[in-house]
Amino acid sequence: MEPDSIAGLSRALRARKVSSRELTEAALARIGRLDPLLNAFITVTPEQALAAATAADARLARGEGTALTGVPIAHKDIFCTRGILTSCGSKMLANFTAPYDAAVVERLAAAGVVSVGKTNMDEFAMGSSNETSYYGPVRNPWDPERSPGGSSGGSAAAVAAGVVPAATGTDTGGSIRQPAALVGITGFKPSYGRCSRYGMIAFASSLDQAGVLTRSAEDAALLMEAMAGFDPRDSTSANRPVPAYAAALDQPLRGRRIGVPPEFFDAGLDARCEARLREALQVFAALGAEIVDVALPHLALSVPTYYIVAPAEASSNLARFDGVRFGHRCEAPGSIEDLYKRSRQEGFGAEVKRRIMTGTYVLSAGYYDAYYLQAQKARALIAADLRRAFESVDVIAGPTTPTPAFRLGEKTADPVQMYLNDIYTIAVNLAGVPGISVPCGFAGDLPVGLQLIGPAFGEGVVLNFAHQYQLATDWHRRRPPEPAANPAQGGRR
Amino acid sequence: MDHIAHLARLALSDAEAADCVAKLSRILGLVDQLQGVDTTGVEPMAHPLAMTQRLRSDEITESDQREDYQRNAPRADQGLYLVPRVIE
Repeated sequence: MEPDSIAGLSRALRARKVSSRELTEAALARIGRLDPLLNAFITVTPEQALAAATAADARLARGEGTALTGVPIAHKDIFCTRGILTSCGSKMLANFTAPYDAAVVERLAAAGVVSVGKTNMDEFAMGSSNETSYYGPVRNPWDPERSPGGSSGGSAAAVAAGVVPAATGTDTGGSIRQPAALVGITGFKPSYGRCSRYGMIAFASSLDQAGVLTRSAEDAALLMEAMAGFDPRDSTSANRPVPAYAAALDQPLRGRRIGVPPEFFDAGLDARCEARLREALQVFAALGAEIVDVALPHLALSVPTYYIVAPAEASSNLARFDGVRFGHRCEAPGSIEDLYKRSRQEGFGAEVKRRIMTGTYVLSAGYYDAYYLQAQKARALIAADLRRAFESVDVIAGPTTPTPAFRLGEKTADPVQMYLNDIYTIAVNLAGVPGISVPCGFAGDLPVGLQLIGPAFGEGVVLNFAHQYQLATDWHRRRPPEPAANPAQGGRR
Repeated sequence: MDHIAHLARLALSDAEAADCVAKLSRILGLVDQLQGVDTTGVEPMAHPLAMTQRLRSDEITESDQREDYQRNAPRADQGLYLVPRVIE
């Protein structure tokens, strides 16, 4: 059986028309058939998945469970999963079995969700193409020669290819929304602080946030209700009630305001992506929403600001990988310095080392004020732009990415070319506000994403607008052509 | 470059160091766009949430999971992490 929406699967499970075991077996079979091509998974966990499915079926037979009980999903390999390899896409953690579950994993398991495995990702979530993974690139189900985006590329490809109806992801600079756009699915990043970061391997702690890759905004709402919420184990977890997101999806858009920043239509935006975005705005206008201009004058600063703040935080966070307590250790270290330096040299890939070097440089004595402090001030200007905009509009609309999916290898030579791919998604992370990407049409054979941004803790508003758009359109129902399973094209190293 | 690599505790090979110089120059060229921005009087933003760190009462909340945690250690013995000799 092809996975459909979570909402639909949930109804079928509760009506006992299908069992969780059947859904889980189907997902595992599809992984077996497609993953030699897609390389979307680092680890598949059939035993744990079937045991969880059996438990879910028992719960459902007793008339218990939640709307998510028995639904198969996959977790990005950045989330710690007890007793299961948690590699974060890195050689550094290729031998790391997590001793505990991340809060997000724990919450979804408590709701009865069945995890079938851990998805591929850019190493330590540092990348926009999935090409920095130690486990090789993921392929885009719409065109296997192209990238699915990153860093949550494995989660995106698995959902787009119909392996699972949803997968978790994390978004530090666009790592949920960008891959969702490039594979034609829905990707939702809630406000900073909404989902606990406990057990989520840290990249940039003031930007990292967990979210979901799904087929629809409705499914994202159902998952968010289970994932979000205060957790005392995360010192930046927001202690505020989680609204019933699914119940707010049906509010009509008549008379509500969508802000469109002219800064989003710069020279770098592909003409076809712009055309799809303009058509999406027409759909919202037809639903009664008012489309108005809003200014984000500091938007152009977001890429340089991010590429100071994120590497600075990463260089500090990744200091923990020292070859002593866990992770890769070099052979025959001659001294403790040699142990640190060679273990890190061997365990980290090129992009991760580049970011550690950048971060170390901008934080080093004599450069801190010029780079890091100046970036923190620019960050304040960007966040203030968004706050000001939300005084007059309900959501902001724009493109998710400047172009549709690019070819594998196309942007690997120059890191700056790769970084500029994040231009429309980064401001959302710097400000800590929620954002979603929903499919809004095609450029040739490749999907295009529409991004909707809301005010801090306005997840419900963003999901409501996205859901109303999806009621009026069917772009989110389009599926890639069934890939010919050809292991010879596999991405594994 | 050597100094930064030392601070980052990375033993970069010569080839990696050369590549790093070229690519870091590109990255610094990008982030240097911020140098001309007037930020006079702007409060630096370290974090999206205007919150102070929560405090908790000083009580034991963790159980002893040393063995569980040390299972991932490259070298451990009798509860100790082993590293090359540090003090002669």
